[in-house]
Amino acid sequence: MTGYHDSHDGVPAGHAEQPATEHGMSRRQLLRHAGWFGGAVVLTVASGEVISHIADSRETSSGTSSGTAVGAAAAANGALRFVQVSDSHIGFQGPANMDVAGSFTEAINQVNSLGFRPDFVMHSGDLTHLSTVGQFDQVKQMMTGMQTDRVFTVPGEHDSIGDAGRAYRKTFGMGTLGDGWYSFDTHGVHFIALVNTVSLEKLGHLGNDQIDFVRKDIAALSSDTPIVVFSHIPLFAMYPQWGWSTDDALKVIALLRRFSSVTCLNGHVHQLFTKTEGNITFHSATTTAYPLPKPGRAPAPTPQVVPARQLKDALGIRTVGFRQGDRELAIKDQRLA
Amino acid sequence: MSPSSTGASAAPVTGDAVAIKNFAFSPATLKVTMGTTVTWINQDTDAHTVTSAGSGGPLHSAALNTHATYSYTFTKPGTYSYLCTIHPFMTATVEVTR
Repeated sequence: MTGYHDSHDGVPAGHAEQPATEHGMSRRQLLRHAGWFGGAVVLTVASGEVISHIADSRETSSGTSSGTAVGAAAAANGALRFVQVSDSHIGFQGPANMDVAGSFTEAINQVNSLGFRPDFVMHSGDLTHLSTVGQFDQVKQMMTGMQTDRVFTVPGEHDSIGDAGRAYRKTFGMGTLGDGWYSFDTHGVHFIALVNTVSLEKLGHLGNDQIDFVRKDIAALSSDTPIVVFSHIPLFAMYPQWGWSTDDALKVIALLRRFSSVTCLNGHVHQLFTKTEGNITFHSATTTAYPLPKPGRAPAPTPQVVPARQLKDALGIRTVGFRQGDRELAIKDQRLA
Repeated sequence: MSPSSTGASAAPVTGDAVAIKNFAFSPATLKVTMGTTVTWINQDTDAHTVTSAGSGGPLHSAALNTHATYSYTFTKPGTYSYLCTIHPFMTATVEVTR
């Protein structure tokens, strides 16, 4: 694990040293935030940064901060910070990324270098490329290297090949319901992890059992409870022609409309994309393995071969922060350093 | 081996090979006679499967990595619909006649 990282030792995880043109993706993300949150954008995006900084000062000089910082630190004590990684495709072999295990290792190192210990890490599917026992073992072993309190997963369609997800659930599905769905609460946020990759019908599919689970799961929740939903395939129609949609997602979305803040985080499409519908925002994460084309910009969603130095621009991890009392989560996507 | 065209490009094609390329089965409709062994070859860099649509169909390949092949001998006439379970928008048919 350290062998691959050696060549990057001493290179900080921040991107300040990168040429301005390479800020394209994050800049666009920032602008999208501006679109959704109006005047609050800088504050919202900045709060992700502020949370990180406060965490650093709290960890190194607890109790010695100035009055303002103490107030902020007190607020930060209740802050939730988690990481989303996605689509590691352990076992993929091809020119689009000759070393997916190496780049996933690098993503893990990046998680461990954030300057704070995330409350949990969610891997949003396609952990493996071919659902083999060896690949499941390998990715599970690798994820034990993440310095966090808990690791969660949802399966991708690559994790459910040929056996309706049984091998996935054997390795990662302890304590889950049905095909591997579950929910949990932390820091005042209600999390729901959905499985839409097992009974595919051209698009992602949830099924009535799972939709009933969501209905019962959220029935007693107050409408001001922030909700975060994880799934592998997007719950919105990003590009149905390539299967980038979930045919019965609207049944779940309808159940979630009463909540004042709903954030749906998915993988699958190997690129950052955001859409908002009322109080519900959808964020597609990037991958740690290989890029896919933008919708319709290629004949098919085939792994894209890019010049070696551009590969890392397409790969990355996502940090998400939330402070009780805030309405929105602060979502920050970072390229693989 | 190579499929012979029956005229229009979208028309059913005879032969015994199906290429998996650019996330599509080619030909999309293959016509064979009973007893033919059909071979699928994955020419994509992503993995695919050859899996009967619905339940009870005979086609059930493992995950086919790049260059991997899958063969099945059709012993009964009928129309066999199949898909890739990893990319279920990829669908195709084999028509088997006596």
